Parts: sequence; structure tokens; C-alpha cells
Amino acid sequence: MVGSLILPSFAYVAPKSLAEAITTLAALGPDAKLLAGGQSLIPLLSMRLARPSTIVDIGRLGELRYIRAVDGQLRIGALTRHRDVERAPLVQVQAPVLAAAAGLIGHSHIRNRGTIGGSLAHADPAAEFPAAVTALEASVIALGPNGEREIPAGELFLGPLTTALLPSEILTEVRVPVPPAGHGWAFREFTQRSGDFALVSACAIVTLQTAAVATCRIVVGGAGPVPQRCVGAEAAVVGHPTAPEAPREAAALAADEVEAEDDLHASSGYRRRLTRVLVRDALEDAFARLHVPQATRP
Amino acid sequence: MSVPFSISVTVNGVRYARPVRPNQLLVEFLHDDLELHGTRNGCSQGVCGCCTVLVDGEPAKACLVLAPQVDGGVVTTIEGLAPPGGLHPMQTAFVEVGAVQCGYCIPGMVMTAAAFLEENPRPTDVQIRDALANNLCRCTGYMKIVEAVKMAAAANLSAGSGGDA
Repeated sequence: MVGSLILPSFAYVAPKSLAEAITTLAALGPDAKLLAGGQSLIPLLSMRLARPSTIVDIGRLGELRYIRAVDGQLRIGALTRHRDVERAPLVQVQAPVLAAAAGLIGHSHIRNRGTIGGSLAHADPAAEFPAAVTALEASVIALGPNGEREIPAGELFLGPLTTALLPSEILTEVRVPVPPAGHGWAFREFTQRSGDFALVSACAIVTLQTAAVATCRIVVGGAGPVPQRCVGAEAAVVGHPTAPEAPREAAALAADEVEAEDDLHASSGYRRRLTRVLVRDALEDAFARLHVPQATRP
Repeated sequence: MSVPFSISVTVNGVRYARPVRPNQLLVEFLHDDLELHGTRNGCSQGVCGCCTVLVDGEPAKACLVLAPQVDGGVVTTIEGLAPPGGLHPMQTAFVEVGAVQCGYCIPGMVMTAAAFLEENPRPTDVQIRDALANNLCRCTGYMKIVEAVKMAAAANLSAGSGGDA
């Protein structure tokens, strides 16, 4: 075996069941890292941004790979791959913004292996899934040694690459409340090159009630440390008709209210500018997608 | 800490049982241990695509897979794409169009393109370019690579094989 150390040293275990994975994590403590698709973790290891003592490979736990419709929710197993979220008819019909967000992740080879649970647990501020699940007001199920708990998306992301998950917990499922039929939606992002992480992204979900906007959720990703709900912009849209100038006005509010990072990729001012453009575009798209749903059998 | 252990993996139709390090990437295993030099590490970040292989039939970046993860799996590299003694139609197209300059990115490009045509035998230009976004080339400017993929697609269709390799 030839030696070449692109990755730092670590031990590797592959538990054969979810229960074994939980006990393994408990025994190893916070120095262990879970491996799902590896599309985020392995570059992190390569760049020495993570130095776990042990990698716990849960990628073969097929019982965590599913997409189901249950009680008005889409329940997606944590190991469901991005490409499957992107292509599943159930997602495309019931929560199309999630399928659209999935399709924007990296490039197709990344989507062949990356998983939704991994993406959410990794919590890159510029990633698509964290922004989309925040806009969808989804929640995740965290399984630990003492059982399960449900964490709403709004409480999951604490900071860059930091979630409310405990070191002993495994994110097992994503629960997405299905938006009402006929809702408008959009996911827009700006990247420097195709497949890059977004400098800024904007996710909008809108519902209509007799010619006025009933609900509006606008989430901006990539601008700050976590996905950000733009409540000021939302309030400006709710209760009003979908007038052509409404997206522009709401976008100006969003650009003011977001926390906007200054870093080597973009200045704070540029991120605000992108926020204004992308929120406007996302709202225009979402308004355009609003429609009266056809009568369908459940 | 990196205690080696053994994996069993089928590569290009041949079963190998080999020791690997826990922190060994699939690209290192293929290139260094199995001496399949067509798969190479360009960036270590999963951006350049020089390491593109098929894992269990699907394109993947071998620098984003740990060797332990393919225990019990099936891998195809560029060396395994062609039928014995011949060339894969995608390889033929790349040669005929003149899409190869330094050659470093080409195995990854061919792997991506061949897998893409299997799934989408009648692609539009936009779809071809989107698929090839998995791979970077510093020499060619991509135009002849896209032309090669279009030529291979057309050859598949006129041969009536509908995209089968």
C-alpha cells in the first residue's frame, strides 16, 4: 500500500444498523464524525478543517433512504441523495422548490452521492438545502441514545457549519409540510461559476387568498452565518395583491434587513446588492407560479 | 491510528482484495495501488473531475470517496470503458474530433460523457455543457469536447443502439 497523506489520519468504522451507529457515537464521543455521502466531509478533511479521530460511516444504512407522503408532509430519509430529491415525482409535485434547490447543488456527480441529511447537518451557510428547508418551515428528526426529538429548521442552524445536533445524535429524517396546491415558489442563486456555492441565494414561497397574498416566506442564504428569514420583506407582501412593483419593494427591505458578510468572495455591500436582485427575481418567479389548482383526487 | 484493513472491490470486472488505509481516497487506491493511471487527482476537492469513475454504475469523483466505502462495490475506470482490444465510441469520437491536447482531463471527460449519453442519448447542447460542468479543462476551451460528445450521440443514434455503449 502506497502512502500519501491527502487526508489526515483517522480510524474508520461502518456500523451495520442505526442502533449500532448510535451506540458507536456514544462510545466515541465528540471526536467522531459521521460520514454519509462524503461530498462535504471529505473536502473538509482534506483542508484540515475537521480532524476527527474516527469516521463513522452510515452511508450503507439503506433504511434511511426514502421519500414518503405522510399526513400532509413529505418525509425524507436523511440518506436520500440529492439526485433522488431532485428527480422524485412526489417532490416535484408537492414541494417543487425542494426539487429545484436540489438540482442546483454542485454538479451531477456530487448529487449522485451527497445526501440531504448530510447537507443539513453540515450547515454550510451558502448551501441550498438549509435555505430551502427554512423557507418550507420543515423540521428534522434527531435520534440519540435517549430517543428522538424534532428540531424545526428555524432552530437547527446556529452558525456556519454549526447545528443544534448533539455529537451523540444522528439526523434521520427531514419533514416538510407540503405547501398548499397552487402555491408560488422560487429558488434563485448567484454563483461565480456553475456549481459553486452561492454568494447569495433567495427562496420564496407564496400563497394567495382571494387576490391577496395570504402567506409569504422569503429566505436568503449565503449572505450571513445561517439562512435568514426576511420578515420585513415578508410583511410588506402579505395582505396585498401581487402587484408588479411588490417584488422590487420587498427586495429593498430584504437587502436592508439581512446580515451581510464581508469576506474574500464578496463584500458586505455586494451581498446586499445581490440580495436585492435575487429576492426581487425570486418573488417575481413565485408570483408567476401562483395558480388556481386543478381539482384533484387526493 | 490509521490501522489498515482489507477491502474487496471489483474494478473493471476484476475482483481485488487489498489492504487500504482508513484515510485512503479511492483515487489514491486506483492510481497508486492498482496502478490504473487514467484516474488522477487534479484538485483533491471534487471540482476538477480528473478523478471521475463509475461507482456502482454511477459517475462519482474518486477524490470524494474513501477506499473503505467501496468495499463490496463495483468500480469502472477509463481503462475499463472500452471493449477488449477496441475503443469505446466516446473515445473514438474524442480522437476523430481532435478533442485531446495535454490529455490530463480527458479520461474524466470521457467517463462523464459516456455515462451522460447512456442516460440522455438525445441531449441538447445545453444539457451536454451542463453535464460536462463536472469536469474542467485548461487546454481546449471545451468546444471540441462538446463536439465529440455530439458526434458520439449522433453515431449512437445512427447505429440504432439508442445510446448503449
